[in-house]
Amino acid sequence: MRTEPGGCCCRRPVRANDCVANGEVRNGYVRSSAATAAAAASQIHHVTQNGGLYKRPFNEGFEETPMLVAVLTYVGYGVLTLFGYLRDFLRHWRIEKCHHATEREEQKDFVSLYQDFENFYTRNLYMRIRDNWNRPICSVPGARVDIMERQSHDYNWSFKYTGNVIKDVINMGSYNYLGFARNTGPCQEAAAKVLEEYGVGVCSTRQEIGNLDKHEELEKLVASFLGVEAAMTYGMGFATNSMNIPALVSKGCLILSDELNHASLVLGARLSGATIRVFKHNNMQSLEKLLKDAIVYGQPRTRRPWKKILILVEGIYSMEGSIVRLPEVIALKKKYKAYLYLDEAHSIGALGPTGRGVVDYFGLDPEDVDIMMGTFTKSFGASGGYIGGKKELIDYLRTHSHSAVYATSPSPPVVEQIVTSMKCIMGQDGTTLGKECIQQLAENVRYFRRRLKNMGFIIYGNEDSPVVPLMLYMPAKIGAFGREMLKRNIGVVVVGFPATPIIESRARFCLSAAHTKEMLDTALKEIDEVGDLLHLKYSRHRSVPLLDRPFDETTYEETED
Amino acid sequence: MFFSPSLVPPSHNIVVNGKECINFASFNFLGLLDNPRLKAAALASLKKCGVGTCGPRGFYGTFDVHLDLEDRLAKFMKTEEAIIYSYGFATIASAIPAYSKRGDIVFVDKAACFAIQKGLQASRSDIKLFNHNDMDDLQRLLKEQEIEDQKNPRKARVTRRFIVVEGLYMNTGTICPLPELVKLKYRYKARIFLEESLSFGVLGEHGRGVTEHFGIDIDDIDLISANMENSLASIGGFCCGRSFVIDHQRLSGQGYCFSASLPPLLAAAAIEALNIMEENPGIFAVLKEKCKRIHKALQGISGLKVVGESISPAFHLQLEESTGCRERDVKLLQEIVTQCMDRGIALTLARYLEKEEKYLPPPSIRVVVTVEQTEEELEKAATTISKVAQTVLL
Repeated sequence: MRTEPGGCCCRRPVRANDCVANGEVRNGYVRSSAATAAAAASQIHHVTQNGGLYKRPFNEGFEETPMLVAVLTYVGYGVLTLFGYLRDFLRHWRIEKCHHATEREEQKDFVSLYQDFENFYTRNLYMRIRDNWNRPICSVPGARVDIMERQSHDYNWSFKYTGNVIKDVINMGSYNYLGFARNTGPCQEAAAKVLEEYGVGVCSTRQEIGNLDKHEELEKLVASFLGVEAAMTYGMGFATNSMNIPALVSKGCLILSDELNHASLVLGARLSGATIRVFKHNNMQSLEKLLKDAIVYGQPRTRRPWKKILILVEGIYSMEGSIVRLPEVIALKKKYKAYLYLDEAHSIGALGPTGRGVVDYFGLDPEDVDIMMGTFTKSFGASGGYIGGKKELIDYLRTHSHSAVYATSPSPPVVEQIVTSMKCIMGQDGTTLGKECIQQLAENVRYFRRRLKNMGFIIYGNEDSPVVPLMLYMPAKIGAFGREMLKRNIGVVVVGFPATPIIESRARFCLSAAHTKEMLDTALKEIDEVGDLLHLKYSRHRSVPLLDRPFDETTYEETED
Repeated sequence: MFFSPSLVPPSHNIVVNGKECINFASFNFLGLLDNPRLKAAALASLKKCGVGTCGPRGFYGTFDVHLDLEDRLAKFMKTEEAIIYSYGFATIASAIPAYSKRGDIVFVDKAACFAIQKGLQASRSDIKLFNHNDMDDLQRLLKEQEIEDQKNPRKARVTRRFIVVEGLYMNTGTICPLPELVKLKYRYKARIFLEESLSFGVLGEHGRGVTEHFGIDIDDIDLISANMENSLASIGGFCCGRSFVIDHQRLSGQGYCFSASLPPLLAAAAIEALNIMEENPGIFAVLKEKCKRIHKALQGISGLKVVGESISPAFHLQLEESTGCRERDVKLLQEIVTQCMDRGIALTLARYLEKEEKYLPPPSIRVVVTVEQTEEELEKAATTISKVAQTVLL
């Protein structure tokens, strides 16, 4: 029986010889029996060079769901569904009071606005644990936050605010990776100054009369931060994807999109009119097969070559905590002459020794990524998105992006916040605050993940990713975990269906450079307690490297030692 | 490409290309861009909550300011509930696909703005376009659909119908005939989605938009969507209506669930703008007066015609006779705009994505009237445009 503390798998681009000096690697799997984490790490380092593509160990693992837990989860959902039908029946026959809003009398003969079944899940499952989401806060979303207390007397159908405020809750849910969500300090002062001078709104689009000098300043700064020729910024991160992908690809092009891409990427791809093919999450063989097929077979009926092939990937996937295998993606892109669109919403600022994102993390050249996209919401404490790339690309986007022509330009104080925080990260403000934050975040991530794994929880994702999903599986535990943690003054985010597959509900922690070691220790103590209370420590330290079966079975042999 | 950037923020007086001009190009209808009360409210919020919200509404991104703003907007518009978005364009573009799915039918005006077109595209529904503001054409389409329904009653029972119109059209400056639309709604059982980005804070006695303008019960309109980037001089958008309709967007509005929430300082500024609107209901009448005045003054300029209603604050100046080629038209109009700017009146060409629009409007100059412009300035604008048009076009 082999044990794998945090398994690892890196695919080699060529079929390598089966034996390696220590006899512990077969077909790319690292198998180490009873090795300590440190020893395993060094073995991994030697083995997973992948012909020099990876300069550092890539430790990503998704432990398999234990069979008993999976069965119990399905049973749990089954019971909930039965009760759901029962309650719907009672509500229909007016035995139980109906709380939700109904259609107007005058419009009762219209075709109903919602399908009954569409809302079954919302009415009967989501409503029961609705108090775990949309928790209103009334302070800056930093490391500690004040949550407004609310009560429900009708089982979450409606909420009343008691007027109390739960103070100083440790915030493990906000995307505040570098700790720039502050209401004091140089960023806030600069933003206040710009607010006085420029006001809040702009009332015009970039192409008409809404282009301010602040926007051009920001764009130059973003371009130098990323190491690209030019950049363009937008007022909303979601809209950056949904409005620019259609400007770049159209009918006759092919989009290869990761299975677990964000809704904005999916929407942008759909709106463009191009053909979309999905490859398995972070699975490079799946991607290579799709690329090969695309080149060999061309467009579906006419067999003409595709006008463009665009690969859509994200830097960090926010539900899995996994990091894209960028060196391999770039190698594939170069081999098959496709374009790469990298969405760094979560990874910009949070990864890499200088905070320049996933390209920096792997030590690659930013010029290899054709379109670098990201948002300012997470690591910069503002809002909006950017696209960076070659000057031709950005000039094209300035005239053809939907956002430049029809949407209002970003607000000046928000732009100033981005400028100040970016300068701080780059070290241009004369302090080492940026560097310290990046290092603090990396340390926090390593420490938190290691402690959680040692406690026995199942944690998904890459060792270096600041997004830490902790598996809950059972529907009842989703609600219980969220509520128990709030009782202990820790605010967490729990996610279930449909954001995740139905049996894989999880709690997701977002670490921040603003979290001190004491805060993390407090949080870990409470998580430990709640984990014991709810029996969440499922891990048996038997990891499967990929989330699902590898695409091509012949490459990976499943042999048991 | 873009204009050389404004060194002074684009409120009443702006500096474009190094020249000082009076601003007739930003949608700052109520003149609130420079208002010190808005700035103070935003500053207070900045000092309390910082700039960004660091999360979507579901994950600790809901602030008390957001709840306040939604409450105030619902009260102001006299509806049950309101929901706010962090981007004006995304508001209607996320609202339509939340309700209308594949297989549903949407009747939309040909002059609908780009955001509506994108919302319709994302919804994958059947789109039926009717001629701009032509109720007979719409009735024809509705009748045809009725005949189709009788052929296949089972399918008709599950096909939803929607009519999407704008209160004040951005592309033509005209007002939609809402009373007739409401009659058609009840007769053919279609729901109305009303986009009020330009008419919110402009039409109606208290600025409540086109429903107040025509005196229609707000419950007759299923969904009103507007952006806060024009009259409210902030950023973002909102939808309001009955709870039965609006609550659905909290779980299925893509731009709401999957995107970070509106920065609290922008929400605070919007609340303050609403306060100002409620305190001085007289400004709407003043704005209407100014619109009528400049509309009259711009009539009869040789070579240019005014497109838009007399009470619309954002209207277009198009060439009376097109040269036949769109590029040449655009060049002529651009020349007029540049010369007007040289003489101190800032105007802009109405911008469109020529290849993407379904029904591309003819090239035009956009003229925007705000309450801050004095009568002399309006006169000056009218005479300048008239003179420049004469030199360029004749």
